[in-house]
Amino acid sequence: MAEKVLMKGNEAIAEAAIMAGCRHFFGYPITPQTEISAYMAKRMPKIGGTFLQAESELAAINMVYGAAAAGARAMTSSSSPGIALKSEGLSFLAACDLPSVIVNIQRGGPGLGGIRPSQSDYFHATRSTGHGDFHMIVLAPNTVQEMFDLTLEAFDLADKYRMPAMILGDGMLGQVMEPVDISRGNNIKTYEKDWALTGTKGLRKRNVVNSLYLSAEELEVLNFQRFEKYKEVEKIARTENCLLEDAEVVVVAYGICARIAKNAIDTARQNGIKAGLIRPVTLWPYPKHQLKAAAEKAKAFVVVEMSMGQMIEDVELSIRCSRPVLLCNRTGGMVPTREAVLESIEKAALLKGEQNADSI
Amino acid sequence: MQIVFEKPKALSDTPTHYCPGCTHGIIHRLVAEVLDELDITGKTIGIAPVGCAVIHFNYFECDVAQAAHGRAPAVATGLKRVNPDNIVFSYQGDGDLAAIGTNETIHAAARGENITVIFVNNAIYGMTGGQMAPTTLPGQVTQTSPYGRDTKTAGFPLRMCELLATLDGTAYAERVAVDCVKNILKVKKAIKKAFQYQIEGKGFSIVEILSSCPTNWGLEPVKALEWLRQNMIPYYPLGVFKDKEVSR
Ligand SMILES: Cc1ncc(C[n+]2csc(CCOP(=O)(O)OP(=O)(O)O)c2C)c(N)n1
Ligand code: SF4
Repeated sequence: MAEKVLMKGNEAIAEAAIMAGCRHFFGYPITPQTEISAYMAKRMPKIGGTFLQAESELAAINMVYGAAAAGARAMTSSSSPGIALKSEGLSFLAACDLPSVIVNIQRGGPGLGGIRPSQSDYFHATRSTGHGDFHMIVLAPNTVQEMFDLTLEAFDLADKYRMPAMILGDGMLGQVMEPVDISRGNNIKTYEKDWALTGTKGLRKRNVVNSLYLSAEELEVLNFQRFEKYKEVEKIARTENCLLEDAEVVVVAYGICARIAKNAIDTARQNGIKAGLIRPVTLWPYPKHQLKAAAEKAKAFVVVEMSMGQMIEDVELSIRCSRPVLLCNRTGGMVPTREAVLESIEKAALLKGEQNADSI
Repeated sequence: MQIVFEKPKALSDTPTHYCPGCTHGIIHRLVAEVLDELDITGKTIGIAPVGCAVIHFNYFECDVAQAAHGRAPAVATGLKRVNPDNIVFSYQGDGDLAAIGTNETIHAAARGENITVIFVNNAIYGMTGGQMAPTTLPGQVTQTSPYGRDTKTAGFPLRMCELLATLDGTAYAERVAVDCVKNILKVKKAIKKAFQYQIEGKGFSIVEILSSCPTNWGLEPVKALEWLRQNMIPYYPLGVFKDKEVSR
């Protein structure tokens, strides 16, 4: 049996990045993700890597841009207000098709907000990541093990599809300690990067990393091409389902909320309600087909999230508003309780399939 | 037939898009000549700024990364940290380097990042049509200082070489001007020295080049160079402000 290591969520991300071959980390301190920087600061000098505490999140993401342009696996991490500053760089990374990994250990907002866990950057991660037409892959772990596994996967997907990938966690997952099997980190695939800036050595034409296209015709073609690629990426959409087969009430939750929801559906089942769970593992691409399929059997949906209701829009879009969707949410750094989720499930169970949630 | 003058190999055949009489062209040529003379084009990576030189990747024959406005020193840092054997230089205007990118500039220098910065100071935002720059002179008329830069409301210009010279990480900071042949030769010498410092791993090097923007200054090219000489050089004295290997 593989040996397990006891780790904080943030440390699991850092260790996975190192095992994935990331030797270039650029950060700027912010709670509740600072353990990632601290881990990198300790480890990178010992393994010939770079840990650099940048002057700002803007600088950090642009250092990632430079390192990624050089063909290296590079990462930066931050929390909500810092991620907002990275928007500029995220857009440039996507526009130049540069693989890179960005970690957002979310905290409450808006503004300076608070330092308690939150999921209120869902829109930022999946919709308004930066200016222009682009997406990044967004992965949502719900255990420390998954912080580790999905970070490995993020590096792989970023290289495979040549685009930025984000780990969207929250302050609770970042801080909690759990045993982790790190053996998967020993099996890493690498990719040829003939587009990287390493110097022509007089042997090839110059490589250019650029996102400026003054010809609208050319830029349009490039954007269409990138979205053709995104159609391929959409195939990686995935969920973890619990007791979904016969579920009449489907709870949809990601990250730490999914763990709370799992408890709640078990209790609901004991109370005679056929409740199930869909946990999106990828937030972009969103598992819309899985949601749509579930809507064929389900009577009602409950979305649990730590925001004023952001992912709920994707649930409603995915099922084309064909079923009532209730929101069970906390915000500002508060975490929903199992009891609150249970209550929402009970409420949803009383609804008839076609009834609109607004009327209750 | 004997060839007595030719285009540097580090420059491509693509005609530049710069306005007639613009000094960006001269500076490109000087950088390219230095790349040729040091025989480093094959291991050099340039960073293109946001500004008139944004598409310099069409002109230099080395690998190039285009950077977001002002972020060239951060991008250069990322590239250099991955492959320290590459020669990395950014080419930036005054808006890019001394306004939106001041933070990146100062901290790259403070870290003693072993990169070279070619800083083209033309006292105006060229690309966007002639707005006030951080280096616009007091009293200078621009689109956004139509009554002349009023230091009461718009403050004072930044002297970047002097500022950066105070930092322990700066190995070499020199200000030169492209206003006449004699000075142009000095520009080339300074650029070469800056690249040599990088090759020798001495630390952050910057060459500030006082340049003209005839189009947005509203002057003919020759008059523009005269204006540079009479107005810019007194405010931005030429010379070496730092020449000392970074000791760590
Ligand atoms: C984030 C951002 N802000 C503003 C601009 C618009 N912009 C393009 S070039 C430029 C000024 C460039 O001036 P300078 O750096 O002095 O270079 P020059 O064009 O004079 O060579 C500005 C403000 C931009 N592209 N991106
Ligand atoms: S706008 Fe000014 S700096 Fe830009 S190319 Fe024209 S003359 Fe040169």
